[in-house]
Amino acid sequence: MSQPFRLNKEGLINRNKKISFTFNGKKLFGYEGDTIASALIANGIHLVGRSFKYHRPRGFFGAGVEEPNAKLQVEFNGHSEPNVNATEMELVEGLSATSQNCWPSVNFDVGAINNFLKMFFPAGFYYKTFMWPKSFWYKIYEPFIRKAAGLGVASIEKDKERYEHKFEYCDLLVTGSGPSGLASAYAAAKNGAKVILAEDKPRFGGTLLTDDVSIDNLSGKDWAEKIITELKSMPNVTVKNRSQVFGYYDHNMLVMFERVSDHLEKKSKFTPRQRLWYIRAKETILSTGSIERPIVFGNNDTPGIFLSAAAKEYMKVYGVLVGKKPLIFTNNDSAYETALEFKKNNVEPIILDTREEHSSELIDEAKSKGIDIRFSHGVIVANGYKKVKSAKIGKLNKDKNSFEKIETVDCDCICVSGFWTPSVHLASQSGNKLKYEEKIDAFIPDKKKQHETSVGAANGSFTLEESLKNGFENGSNLSAKITDTKTEIAIPNVNEKKYGAHDKFWCMPLPKNENPKRFVDFQNDVSVSDIEIALREGYRSIEHVKRYTTLGMATDQGRTSNLNGLQLVSNIENKIVPEVGHTTFRPPFTPITIGTIVGREVGMEYMPTRKTPMHEWHEKNNAVFVDAGAWKRPRYYKQGNETLFEASKREAKNVRENVGICDVTTLGKIDIKGPDAAEFLNRVYTNAWMKLPVGKARYGLMLREDGIVMDDGTTTRISENHYHMTTTTAQAANVLSHLEYYLQIVWPELNVNVVSTTEQWAGAAIAGPKSRDMLSKLYPDLDVSNDSLPFMGYKEADFFGVPSRIFRISFSGELAYEINVKSDHGMFMWEKMMEVGKEFGNQPYGTEALSTLRIEMGHVAGPELDGRTIPSDVSLNGLVSKKKDFIGKNSLGREAFNVESRQKIVGLIPIDRKSSIPEGSHIVQDQNAKLPNPKLGHVSSSCWSVENNNPFSLAIMKDGKNMIGKKFFAVSPLKNKSIEVEVISSHYVDPEGKRVRS
Amino acid sequence: MLYIKCPYCGLRAQKEFSYGGDATVKRPNINEEVSSEDWDNFVYMRKSPRGKHIELWQHIAGCRQWIKVQRDTATHEIFQTAKVTEEIR
Ligand SMILES: [Zn+2]
Repeated sequence: MSQPFRLNKEGLINRNKKISFTFNGKKLFGYEGDTIASALIANGIHLVGRSFKYHRPRGFFGAGVEEPNAKLQVEFNGHSEPNVNATEMELVEGLSATSQNCWPSVNFDVGAINNFLKMFFPAGFYYKTFMWPKSFWYKIYEPFIRKAAGLGVASIEKDKERYEHKFEYCDLLVTGSGPSGLASAYAAAKNGAKVILAEDKPRFGGTLLTDDVSIDNLSGKDWAEKIITELKSMPNVTVKNRSQVFGYYDHNMLVMFERVSDHLEKKSKFTPRQRLWYIRAKETILSTGSIERPIVFGNNDTPGIFLSAAAKEYMKVYGVLVGKKPLIFTNNDSAYETALEFKKNNVEPIILDTREEHSSELIDEAKSKGIDIRFSHGVIVANGYKKVKSAKIGKLNKDKNSFEKIETVDCDCICVSGFWTPSVHLASQSGNKLKYEEKIDAFIPDKKKQHETSVGAANGSFTLEESLKNGFENGSNLSAKITDTKTEIAIPNVNEKKYGAHDKFWCMPLPKNENPKRFVDFQNDVSVSDIEIALREGYRSIEHVKRYTTLGMATDQGRTSNLNGLQLVSNIENKIVPEVGHTTFRPPFTPITIGTIVGREVGMEYMPTRKTPMHEWHEKNNAVFVDAGAWKRPRYYKQGNETLFEASKREAKNVRENVGICDVTTLGKIDIKGPDAAEFLNRVYTNAWMKLPVGKARYGLMLREDGIVMDDGTTTRISENHYHMTTTTAQAANVLSHLEYYLQIVWPELNVNVVSTTEQWAGAAIAGPKSRDMLSKLYPDLDVSNDSLPFMGYKEADFFGVPSRIFRISFSGELAYEINVKSDHGMFMWEKMMEVGKEFGNQPYGTEALSTLRIEMGHVAGPELDGRTIPSDVSLNGLVSKKKDFIGKNSLGREAFNVESRQKIVGLIPIDRKSSIPEGSHIVQDQNAKLPNPKLGHVSSSCWSVENNNPFSLAIMKDGKNMIGKKFFAVSPLKNKSIEVEVISSHYVDPEGKRVRS
Repeated sequence: MLYIKCPYCGLRAQKEFSYGGDATVKRPNINEEVSSEDWDNFVYMRKSPRGKHIELWQHIAGCRQWIKVQRDTATHEIFQTAKVTEEIR
């Protein structure tokens, strides 16, 4: 197998290692060090995809990050990834690439009919087409758009790869390892600064790898290697290749995307695929270089048309010819280097130079080598559908708006150069307002906004000498300010070719009666006529033109199209480019994988898992867990083939009839200490707290300042100046912050300290009519009678040798206790309870039974305290003191909180006593009423009442108390249910609360 | 991601903090009469300035102290941070 376009010697690839891969099913090979693009071009393959709108054949245009066309679906290392940039992805053994956006195949694409129906796809076609009739949307337009358009296909398989995040700090971050980046990093490293040097490509050196220059008598490539080797040996320097700094965020935070192992055939299990670096840099050097600018001409998107520097890079780095009959189309000297490189490899190029005949070092050299140069010439239109076959070229008149002579020349590739555009994306993201530099007809960074310094080509310096000087100086000065060390470095001697001035010319005119598409933005299929239409239709702001035409959007971010677009707008509008301005550059500079953004925060690692000390016991006893915030709580303990419904009913019933125990460790616990603790609680809670005796607990309700209920729980006075507060599991963290806010900011004069003790205590609730009997067995030496330990009583006692706290509080509405021991003793306590409880019929119960018990008692919880209810809405106005002030009190007087018809908590039972009412159902008068059906309330919590053996729900309902006895419908369109219900009291079981006091 | 200087702990990433709103709002004194208007202003009314703003943050994953931060709401520049007991300018 020979590779028809591979050179024999040239290039930095490893010819000793062949790599096989497939493209659209065809078996091919390349070499280690190839990209997919270089390997395909070596094999003579140029047609790789279809364009977004018109499905025109597209090939490669660039050799790196600037590539707008060659996005492939790539399968490698066991996964499939869409939109992979073929010019960046390195070849790995067994890789399989396929074209995107074509159907049924890249060679015969049905969507290409769009190309012939262009009138349907003018600028703004997203807004104009597919608008009416409305009924066409789902059935016709959307399926059509989905099938015909779009890029690659996201995998539906779970991503098995590992992705990582890393946080790093440094004195100087250098983004790009071209000459100015290397110089900056080197100077800063010599000053002792902590340096990170990031290079997007696999090879360091940037343009030094391809330019014909020498530094201190070394070739550019050798000099780069020498500097990199030295940097790598320094302990204060981190050097990273395959790493793209793609975002510049606030306070000098930069984010970098590292492709750690995509290029490796084998890797260890724990090697991540990719890594996201959050880098906080004291100073940043932006040495991001520049991207070549195209010149716009007819059918300039035909496969075989390249940026001139890309063609040179394919030869010098990959040993690959992009063609054997090249046309070089340029407005400046740099493309002459590409021509000379072709010539060196025995390929005869023709140079079309838009400038009038003149002389410069490079032109003279090209002439002396016998290269055919045609001044005042340009490509009018490329011929060939799937590959360039020839080009119509023209001699421009003096004004460059028409042609003196037109002819057709054969060619198999066109290498185009419209001068250079500094890569200012990161500078712009940092907040730097760019300025227009007339000398190079492009934007460069203006005054610093953060600690960013652009050097070299990124700052508009296009000579090597200037770039190096720039780099050394800035690297040295910026780091010296941080390290207080300044090492003198001799600036090396440079040998480079001098460039003449470029031509300010970027768009070829068209001869009369010819109208081929001239593309400005390849990725988004935006042509010159689209921009003309947008302006004709009245769009003026460049941001509007961008959105209307889609110019410069998507993954490409206008890398090759931006300035040509602006130039066109300014020409039509008779303005200069800086008046038109530029659109916003947004991160990421290049596409990054979602996996990298997610990192390790996926699946079980999405957030930390909190387990109670009794977790293992629950696991062993068939607990089915439910997430309560980060906590895992047993929802029910499954016996045999029980369903959730059956198990929770059994558990709840057992609590009502015998006794059950429940792990309540997850409740928030806050220790409150200090001489002003009582006064503080009195302000935080709505009820009175000044007279709570030591050894007593009290139920408390806290509000936000706007009067809405924030949380509820019990607080116990442990000793004179010491209280133990409990919060709901969900609100634990918020309540702590809330208390800290008032103590630190509002009432710093109160001498009180608060600290979370949630993790310090393990808790178990014992509930049911037999709980006192069980308790007396657990504490044989303690008087647990109703007189000695009454409802809301508290005792400290020894639990089989372990100190414990006993609270007589109840959430279930039954006679109940809560025991706390130190977390370390949690399992011991639990097992002891299971052992001792046997004779009383004790069973563990989970959150589902717990909910059932509290719902049928009418105890409110999270679903009722939903951030919209005030105390009287949930029948808790008895807890609101009229005598004292507290947080949120003043809001309770607001008019809307006091209207008679305000929402109130009620109970609901189905008329048929059988149908469960879905939570979230809306309560309506008439289930068949015309939409929108007036909503009278909603169902907040539902259960199967084990006491009455029928469904029961709590609801928040308009004018609730006056609705008792009336009938309504609870409708749930989600569950497709409508249930006739009767409104009853929210206290369905034991409304007088006798049991808890028994 | 902002870089916030906690007066107790030093420069820390924004991830460690939670935002607490306008720091210049003063709660009416407890146990004192307050007009509905003053109360409503305290509970609901906030300025949303473009530019300098003194605000509260809590170093929630650090020392748990509430702190004052003077920040430009448009550029995110942080001019000064202070303990809540200290004045900013
Ligand atoms: Zn702190």
